[in-house]
Amino acid sequence: MNIAVVQFPGSNADWDALHTARDVLGAKARYVFHRSTDLGAVDAVIIPGGFSYGDYLRSGAIARFSPIVPAVRAFAERGGPVIGICNGFQILTEMGLLPGALTRNAHLRFECRDVHVRVEGRGAFTDGIEPGTVLRLPIAHADGRYHADERTLRELVDQGRIAFRYTADPGARERLPANPNGSALDIAGIYNAKGNVLGMMPHPERASEAILGNADGFRLFESLRTHLGRAA
Amino acid sequence: MSAPGKRAAPSPMPGDPTTSPALAKDFGVTADEWKRLTETLGRLPTYAELGVVSVMWSEHCSYKSSRVHLRRLPTTGPRVVQGPGENAGAVDIGDGWCAVFKMESHNHPSFIAPYQGAATGVGGILRDVFTMGARPIASLNSLRFGRPDHPRTPELMRGVVAGIGGYGNCIGVPTVGGEVQFDASYDGNILVNAFTVGTARSKDLFFGLAKGIGNSVLYVGARTGRDGIHGATMASAEFDAASEKKLPTVQVGDPFMEKLLLEACLEIFAKNCLEGVQDMGAAGLTSSSVEMAARSGNGLELDLDAIPRRTRALSPYEMLLSESQERMLMVAKPGREHEVLEVCEKWGLDAAVVGKVTDTGRFICKATPGYDPFDDASAPKQPVTVVDLPIGLLTDDAPKYERPMSEPKAPAPLASNTVELGDEPARVERLLGFLASPNIGSRRWIWRQYDHVVRDGTVLGPGQSDAAVVRAFCEEGGEKFLALAVDCNGRHVELDAFQGAAMAVAECARNIVCSGGEPLGLTDCLNFASPEKPETMWRIAKAIDGIAAMCTNLDVPVVSGNVSLYNETDGRPILPTPTVAIVGQLRSVDDRVGIAFRAAGDSILELGPTSKGNLAGSEWQVQQDGKPLGTCVGIDLEMEKKVQALVLALAREHVLQSAHDVSDGGLFVCIAESAIAGHLGAHIEGAEKDLAPWLAEEPSRVVVSVRPENTTVVEELAAEHGVPCRRLGIVGGHRLTLDHVGTFGVDALVDAHASALRPIVGD
Repeated sequence: MNIAVVQFPGSNADWDALHTARDVLGAKARYVFHRSTDLGAVDAVIIPGGFSYGDYLRSGAIARFSPIVPAVRAFAERGGPVIGICNGFQILTEMGLLPGALTRNAHLRFECRDVHVRVEGRGAFTDGIEPGTVLRLPIAHADGRYHADERTLRELVDQGRIAFRYTADPGARERLPANPNGSALDIAGIYNAKGNVLGMMPHPERASEAILGNADGFRLFESLRTHLGRAA
Repeated sequence: MSAPGKRAAPSPMPGDPTTSPALAKDFGVTADEWKRLTETLGRLPTYAELGVVSVMWSEHCSYKSSRVHLRRLPTTGPRVVQGPGENAGAVDIGDGWCAVFKMESHNHPSFIAPYQGAATGVGGILRDVFTMGARPIASLNSLRFGRPDHPRTPELMRGVVAGIGGYGNCIGVPTVGGEVQFDASYDGNILVNAFTVGTARSKDLFFGLAKGIGNSVLYVGARTGRDGIHGATMASAEFDAASEKKLPTVQVGDPFMEKLLLEACLEIFAKNCLEGVQDMGAAGLTSSSVEMAARSGNGLELDLDAIPRRTRALSPYEMLLSESQERMLMVAKPGREHEVLEVCEKWGLDAAVVGKVTDTGRFICKATPGYDPFDDASAPKQPVTVVDLPIGLLTDDAPKYERPMSEPKAPAPLASNTVELGDEPARVERLLGFLASPNIGSRRWIWRQYDHVVRDGTVLGPGQSDAAVVRAFCEEGGEKFLALAVDCNGRHVELDAFQGAAMAVAECARNIVCSGGEPLGLTDCLNFASPEKPETMWRIAKAIDGIAAMCTNLDVPVVSGNVSLYNETDGRPILPTPTVAIVGQLRSVDDRVGIAFRAAGDSILELGPTSKGNLAGSEWQVQQDGKPLGTCVGIDLEMEKKVQALVLALAREHVLQSAHDVSDGGLFVCIAESAIAGHLGAHIEGAEKDLAPWLAEEPSRVVVSVRPENTTVVEELAAEHGVPCRRLGIVGGHRLTLDHVGTFGVDALVDAHASALRPIVGD
């Protein structure tokens, strides 16, 4: 299994993605620099979190023009699995591979904490997870409030493309809003129509090892492995 | 090399004022220092030269008041790879790898411009670490704000926290812990101390050296602007009502630029094409050039016409004193300049050859009068010498003072040392209120604004353990686990500078062992008021002695640090605040210990001497009296060492379910926090009626919980170590009951604790 982690100059969760894919999942994972125009031989692509080009404009707005983007788009259009995490999700919406946009958190602050998400939509990264399963995953973002027009939201619901929704902590100790950023329909992640492109704000690659106190996120990587095994 | 005095005087730039004792005074240079300067040079300095001298002789760069005392700190040990004097210190963590770390203050800028001041404080400390060739893996911070109801506190706190987050989150270095205290003494002078640790192969460390006569000096990173001019001088003066006019002396940060600089630097370092490198921090281009030359015993010549700049008509004075951020100075090996330039091109960074290493022992700068690269009609380059100063005069021969000291008068005694709070409902209400006070309750409003999980290394993060535990990926050296903590309680230092500073070191090291780590090395940030007041100078000296005594006692060498003086506004000094941070290491990740109670039925024990109920300097006492009073609780060096050895031994035996040291708020808060973190109650037996022993902050105490069958193991090991050990009670249920005090619902404790910062920042 070959996994490419796209590296923008301001990517900062590139290591997290590479480490999880290579050292935890056991895939052949490597960085592909944003100036490259070729992904090489690859079975899945991760667009990691960070601040792509500083994101002083709008998160991901400049990244969509970078040299590697056409190769990612072509790979996605051929049905290749692509996951954009956090800034990666923002970039996928800017590229138009996913609808909608991620806007400033409702409370206007950067927030880093664990959230709980309910697995709903089916696709390359969640096929192996029973729908309704609740995962605990960390978030770390300032611009994570999913926004789309009514029609798009309806489509996402009708086509079962909402991958994850924020949900209450089953063992709630602290009274915190389940939806951390004011996202429409409590959306934490969405698929494209074919189910091969996933964008999500929480970080599964930062919750994939017992040593980090949480391996819930690894379910997505296992699901990808199963998906690729089936496709092969 | 020509003899001094016979050298041609450098040319003043058109428009530069003539220097004078009055101008020197404005630049923070005293009459005596002016005399020394002009006598050494045998002439008047140029405007640019006076600027260079004033920043190099500032307290911030020269340590002129503290230098004679800092020598007393222990700085050597078997694990020390790099001690003080470089951009950061380093300790060995095994397999040829080392942890590189330092702490720096950014107090004055953060008070003037909280967001940018704090952000660039983080940027500066990150650069200090990666300049050494280490990839930063985690940051901490230590913050001090004025009293919670001071009108500026909310705005300062929001700005500082957002600034720290804005920088660290973007560059992708997790902020994994820290501390904050509110006290009226910081009303007009907040403290922002930032710490970063990175890892590197010891053999691949880089130093701030300008070696090899004729080698090229390269400028890498952001272009030079007018921001931060004279920042180092501003940081070396007291504040008054006019200080807000000093806004232009605050630097502006660009974390994305720093990320590019970080990646480019690590790539350049890996090519082994450099002789040395130093970041342009305080006093920018000047201090980096001068310090690199001084360390190598060489001279350095700069061509200021070649400096990349972002604004028009920069004068030599401005270029030399600018503290624009995200810049590095490098000295390349012969013929390897192009390798540096190629990497910079890849990352889209400006880079230029701006000078060379010389054998003159002098700092020489040349510039063309009227040259401006932005101006098409600019004068052609015909550089003349504008600065020509001996390196020694700016470094080793800079002024050093043995300032007069006098012992402050002893603090007033406590009016009362007993705490009676009425009947049980009254006691419970008061204690819940205490748990909700800003100095005691949860700091989550702060650390949730910091990305504390990026890099997949945070094993125990904020609120989970007395020290953060992070995983360092050391390639062929495997995964290593570091414990990180930062501490100081200025109130105890105010009551007794020696004891209070020793207590700060002890608490910090105790936090490391409570997480399962062994302390390896320490960095400090000595924040004090004006050293020109003999009482303050006395406290500085005694605090340094206290740090030295405890570091020697615990075998923790000091490997880096920083001094921040003149922290006072309109003559009102801050609490003496010698903040310390320690890096420790866990033998195995399985040794890690958190603060949370884990299972019903576990035994709770207190290790260390039982409280005598001395409330002096405690949060409870200060809440009653408005300031620290009484006789400092003091610390027994030998007992502290024994307690720490015991806790570390227990952690390594994997006996501990939880460990939490008794510090701010005393035993009551310690036990409540373990209950809150584990969402588990406890029954504490045989408590006394007087609440003072529950609230006093005497050191050298740790509360642990263990499986019931291990209770006697702990007692036996404690006896072997010569440490008092007393059974406190049993974990379990949804209530925390303290016999003779009261019963608290765990949910009520959680809510009270969580609400602590709400009065200041809302939500």
